[in-house]
Amino acid sequence: MGKLTGKSAVITGAASGIGRACALSFAREGALLVIADLNEHEGTATAEQCIAAGGRALYRRTDVASEAEIKGAIEQAIAAYGRLDIMFNNAGVPGALGPIETIAAQDWDRTIAILLRAGYLGMKHAIPELRKAGGGSIISTSSAAGLRGLGNAAAYSAAKAGLVILTQAVAIEVGADRIRVNCICPGVIDTPMVNRGRQGGTEETLTRLAQTQQPITRVGRSEDVAAAALFLASDDSQFITGTAISVDGGFNTGNGWLGPREQKSTDFRGPSYLR
Amino acid sequence: MGRLDGKVAVITGAASGIGQATALRFAREGATLVAADLNAQGGERTVSECAASGAKAVFQRTDVSSETDIKAAIDRALDEFGRLDILFNNAGFPGPMGPIETVPVEDWDRTMAVLLRAPYLGMKYAIPAMRRSGGGSIITTASDAAVRGLALAATYSAAKAAVVMLSQSVAIETGPDRIRVNCVCPGRINTPLGRGASRPFDAEIERQMAAMQPIPRAGQPEDVANLVLFLASDESEFITGCAYIVDGGRMTGSARLGLPGMSVMGFVGPSFQR
Repeated sequence: MGKLTGKSAVITGAASGIGRACALSFAREGALLVIADLNEHEGTATAEQCIAAGGRALYRRTDVASEAEIKGAIEQAIAAYGRLDIMFNNAGVPGALGPIETIAAQDWDRTIAILLRAGYLGMKHAIPELRKAGGGSIISTSSAAGLRGLGNAAAYSAAKAGLVILTQAVAIEVGADRIRVNCICPGVIDTPMVNRGRQGGTEETLTRLAQTQQPITRVGRSEDVAAAALFLASDDSQFITGTAISVDGGFNTGNGWLGPREQKSTDFRGPSYLR
Repeated sequence: MGRLDGKVAVITGAASGIGQATALRFAREGATLVAADLNAQGGERTVSECAASGAKAVFQRTDVSSETDIKAAIDRALDEFGRLDILFNNAGFPGPMGPIETVPVEDWDRTMAVLLRAPYLGMKYAIPAMRRSGGGSIITTASDAAVRGLALAATYSAAKAAVVMLSQSVAIETGPDRIRVNCVCPGRINTPLGRGASRPFDAEIERQMAAMQPIPRAGQPEDVANLVLFLASDESEFITGCAYIVDGGRMTGSARLGLPGMSVMGFVGPSFQR
């Protein structure tokens, strides 16, 4: 018996990165999955890997900017598996980057639509189905940037912070239905999205960032986030709701990293957004 | 394959409540345990139940307000089992109840000694041992009273909030050694401390506790134990400096809209918005 045997989950953005790692982790525990993503090629491949890992899975093309497509992904879970137990609002983009005064309004709107509005829509359409199942777990991928603002990524930060409080508010509403609502705040994780958003730089840059900006001196992996997601999806966390759990190597800890080990404390400089 | 195979853990307050439930959960996942507590009878019962799961476990009489006792509990793990991987600073104490101006200074001091000073001492002695073991996980039982102040229990709240910040600071120091430092913040849990020690878990108190948070049941020690297990295991090796809440949503948000039967018209938001 896996931790998620017989449980049905819709995961948006599951074709790659964190979403894919979570889908595989859930599949290994016996879950029934809808891989909801824009990328048909990668999404189908993920579904096949999930089946090989011991779960059941199907790919459903989903643009999370579309209410109809989010609703469709959930309806697909009901049609295929007869129930919904887990809704994982994970699809993400870096969004509009750069100083706030340079952000075009349509780019702001699109960032908020994909990162925040999609979370609300996932909750809206999942809740009636989770109630029918007698309870369940809604998880959203927020970010360390949803707890502490990240310079040059204000739209992303604002949307991710919105998810944290949306999570709190909805958790109060649906607790009585045994539906838990939580979010995960990953730090710097080595995923395709992070690598696309980094605007240049190499693998070494990510490693150097990990060594200088956080206590745990390695880059985060999608599997690190997947372990937390599995915990939140399973019955082990049935008394946990309204929370934001960080998986960030200590990135958000304290008021700044002490610096690489060879630096003296008088050289202390925090992350750039605190200078 | 257990999630804690080969790992050695010291748990304070292991004779009852959250500490006992966590010890048993750890034992089922393959850990080896030092059950540290003042209560020998409860502690020995924890040890024998761990052994019934096939785990190695010993009881170490420990008064967490004594630096020597805490050092001895850590040393017991090293002497008996050769390593230390997990420290769970869990021993709890309700502290003085009532308005702050009625709190005697001796009660403040004792509360701080058990709830704040003891975790610091645990960290002080565990960190060198964990470095030698190649890393580890330090978990401290804080409280949802560390997230929002609890009226009539200000001493307890202050101590619990302090331990969260202590954990953050120490997490920065020990991260490169692969030692992670986190807290768990339980809400109202069905334990002697959570119920008020003399009360049994009868239908009335169960009903009261179920009404305290959005999730409509009393929190159980196993709810906290499952979270501590996650933070103790290698699954969470990228997680440090955090305080994870396990309170059924009690401290979520700013207003308890979740009371059954309360209509939207009855909603009263935070006072600063009226």
